[in-house]
Amino acid sequence: MSETRVMNCIMCPMGCEMTVTIDDGKVVDVKGNTCPRGAKYAHDEVTAPKRMLTTTVRVEGGMLPLLPVVSETVLPKEKVLDCAAYLRGVTVKAPVKTGDVIVEDILGLGVNIIASRDML
Amino acid sequence: MKELKDLYDIVIVGGGPAGLSAAYSAWQNGAKSVLVIERDRELGGILQQCIHNGFGLHHFKEELTGPGYAHRCIELVKDKSEIECLTDTMVLSVEKDKTVVAVSPDHGLIKVKGKTVILTMGCRERTRGAIRIPGERPAGVFTAGAAQRMVNMEGYIPGHKIVILGSGDIGLIMARRMSLEGCKVQAVLEICPFSNGLTRNIVQCLNDYNIPLYLSHTIVKIHGKDRVNGITVAKVDEKMRPIPGTEFDIDCDTVLLSVGLIPENELSRGLDLKMHPLTNGPVVDQHRQTSLPGFYAAGNVVHVHDLVDFVSEEAEIAGKFAALEAQGKLDGNTKFVTVTAEKGVRTCVPQCLNLPEAGEQVRLFMRVANPERKVKLVVKSGDNVILQRMLPVAKPSEMIAVDIPAAKTELIGSSLTVFLDKEA
Ligand SMILES: Cc1cc2nc3c(=O)[nH]c(=O)nc-3n(C[C@H](O)[C@H](O)[C@H](O)COP(=O)(O)OP(=O)(O)OC[C@H]3O[C@@H](n4cnc5c(N)ncnc54)[C@H](O)[C@@H]3O)c2cc1C
Ligand code: SF4
Repeated sequence: MSETRVMNCIMCPMGCEMTVTIDDGKVVDVKGNTCPRGAKYAHDEVTAPKRMLTTTVRVEGGMLPLLPVVSETVLPKEKVLDCAAYLRGVTVKAPVKTGDVIVEDILGLGVNIIASRDML
Repeated sequence: MKELKDLYDIVIVGGGPAGLSAAYSAWQNGAKSVLVIERDRELGGILQQCIHNGFGLHHFKEELTGPGYAHRCIELVKDKSEIECLTDTMVLSVEKDKTVVAVSPDHGLIKVKGKTVILTMGCRERTRGAIRIPGERPAGVFTAGAAQRMVNMEGYIPGHKIVILGSGDIGLIMARRMSLEGCKVQAVLEICPFSNGLTRNIVQCLNDYNIPLYLSHTIVKIHGKDRVNGITVAKVDEKMRPIPGTEFDIDCDTVLLSVGLIPENELSRGLDLKMHPLTNGPVVDQHRQTSLPGFYAAGNVVHVHDLVDFVSEEAEIAGKFAALEAQGKLDGNTKFVTVTAEKGVRTCVPQCLNLPEAGEQVRLFMRVANPERKVKLVVKSGDNVILQRMLPVAKPSEMIAVDIPAAKTELIGSSLTVFLDKEA
């Protein structure tokens, strides 16, 4: 049984509206995407949705009390809140440079959390 | 502390992405002395508090966070002897003779002059006063941007049970942000029948966290004496008036307002620049020159952008032409063309063109008035159709950019109109 689903690609601000045909739990056709990232997103969204995480950790001795951080790549969507909760308990020491690894392999998911700005 | 010069090729007011991109582009185009003045303690503008990702895909061909994008812009201007940046320095006024008056703890009162001036002051949020909600004035009501600064930079949480009024991007981003901080976001309310935010933000900031979005709803009362302890909400009719009998209460301790941004134009008004009533920014030509010769403007001060990439692009244009003008290299022999948004198109920037004889590629940035599907965007000059483009979807929240190739600008008379053809 094939079904079609209308979804918006969220990979960039264009937000292309796509019509996705799903057969037996698999994406067999994607229409409406402007670039290949849309098709990839549709596939992931149907099988295993993934999201980036951006949040902050505490920093000691910096010009601000918080350091913004970002996941190096996407995380499984259902793990995002757990990762955010974990990061609320993390404190680092200044100075930090953009791209420094703040948490390695967060919750064993194989993704590093890195600093998204310099903190002097 | 470095001595300031009396006269710069270009003085830039505001050190956000617009100001920094303009400075870099001016430098690339031969400007010998550029001064950027920023009131905050660091450069980078509003992006320093927008810690989410999604920036830079167009401009830097890489997905960056707000601070990451700001960092790239700062890297472009630092270590260039022709570009000076002053932080912690507030511009108080700009005079018609291009004297810029500012004040800083280091320099005291400063007066510098530019051969040209670029205004890049960004925008600020509308506040409760701008929308009038009845009730007492308990603590716990913030603008979404102020809350963003608290949560992302200053390290405190405005409250725990949150309602957001307005579905603009800042409101949506903050709905997710507060959820990630362990708060409960009860609802997002939007007075319009459609959301004013990007679709991707509805998906990844609301749907992902099961936060309900009530369209055509608004707050009719805020409860609580010292601190907010709830709100009453009602559905609104097509004239945005609350419909009696539709009221219900939502329990919350915090209300975040995300009810729109207005370009920061006190300085522009002081200069008597011609302003546009719908963009709330100065009227500009395709080079981002304002109604006063030698004064340019770019970024959110001209019209509110949702994409910082377009901000950089627009600022590079302003920087380039301000630099050429400062060096006396601008062709003054141009034809003046008015650009008007009509039927379905709410705003179009630039609002006029000064076209050189040889023609010039021109990019138009537009916003539609209402959400549409399958419409044709038409650019016309008199009876000449200059350009048309089919739009599968068009939303007020998403800016539309179209390019008129240089060869086609020859067909342009003294006016240009852009509109939607819905019969298409
Ligand atoms: C909450 C929020 C979320 C956003 N999300 C996204 C997103 O996901 N993706 C995206 O691409 N874009 C996003 N944007 C838009 C993007 O941030 C802006 O388009 C961009 O920052 C605008 O750049 P700007 O330089 O025009 O203004 P700003 O960044 O506001 O910079 C203006 C600067 O001028 C300074 N200034 C103002 N007045 C004076 C004065 N009198 N003297 C000295 N300095 C002065 C200010 O301090 C400020 O630093 C978002 C914006 C906001 C507010
Ligand atoms: S399909 Fe490509 S262009 Fe369209 S939203 Fe996705 S990433 Fe952006």
